[in-house]
Amino acid sequence: MSLLSKVREAVICLQAGRVTLPYPAVPRPTPEGFRGRPIFDANRCIGCAGCANNCPAREILVVDVCQEIRILQYLGRRCTYCGRCAEVCPEKAITMSRDFETATPRIGDLRQRLELFMGACQRCGRCFPEPSPLEALKLKGYRFDDVASERWIFRAETFLPGFPPVEDIPIELD
Amino acid sequence: MSVLAGLCKKLFGRSLWVYHANSGGCNGCDIEVLDVLTPYYDAERFGIRLVASPRHADVMLCQGPAMRSTSKALRRAYEAMPAPKLVFAIGSCACGGGVWFDTYNVLGPVEKVVPVDFYIPGCPPRPEAIIYGVAVALGLVDPKVSPVEVRQLEYPFPRYHPEDLEGEPPLVVYRKMQTL
Repeated sequence: MSLLSKVREAVICLQAGRVTLPYPAVPRPTPEGFRGRPIFDANRCIGCAGCANNCPAREILVVDVCQEIRILQYLGRRCTYCGRCAEVCPEKAITMSRDFETATPRIGDLRQRLELFMGACQRCGRCFPEPSPLEALKLKGYRFDDVASERWIFRAETFLPGFPPVEDIPIELD
Repeated sequence: MSVLAGLCKKLFGRSLWVYHANSGGCNGCDIEVLDVLTPYYDAERFGIRLVASPRHADVMLCQGPAMRSTSKALRRAYEAMPAPKLVFAIGSCACGGGVWFDTYNVLGPVEKVVPVDFYIPGCPPRPEAIIYGVAVALGLVDPKVSPVEVRQLEYPFPRYHPEDLEGEPPLVVYRKMQTL
């Protein structure tokens, strides 16, 4: 009886055949609607920073280095590929690609950085009026992000040269 | 010495014994790692085995961010591993701290506690992505991603192109505007 059950088990196992996918040798297609890493198109981007204001992981930093040049930097470290940036983009400059093979030994490889030209008003030289203090509360400080150390800054007042904007929490190890 | 190192790499370089450390993740990445060990994505053909103790392991798979409550345990598990050791950060929590990277109990990415060798981003990463990361670590494939830096260089205003201005101050002509 036990021998018969063993034989039956062997038959079941042989009927299943080979199911292992030959993945790294043969590429495997992604299903429909799969969201991989976002791709930023610098030719379409108008620099509205809607993606930076809607990113749940706050992965997109925006900083104005001068009146005409705005830097938009996507870090890609803690991106959850939720696609809200692509949803909110008015110019469809962000597309969620199907690229999932993003394993890398350097985390900086995932970075995407756009330097955008912001057309200034020829009369007053500004892009748009400065936000009032009430409007500045609603904005997540995106005009003052610290691109150099990849930090997101809460308030403009903390961003002083030689003054770290966000303190790291020290880890106590034994 | 290099011959010996190459021989050792060829003889012993294939089997990675894996210790699976979750330091406060949501279990999504754990389920994907368990998917990798199923017969569909058979990870044992790369010599990967799940072990129960960090003292038997070559590789630590970190999932979840470094948290205030578990960072010490994660560090102790890393120090208990024998010397040639790798750390994989799986998921966006381990790579960058996750969506809740700035809450009170999250210290940030696991690289604040243990040195990370390979990053596999995704929330959670597909089982194929994890296998791809292992293949990158084994040298079977090359990493595909690279940093992108794009500039919008077409500044369509004459004041940014003084070399294209012609003439004397009463009548200055922008050459490109003439060709348009």
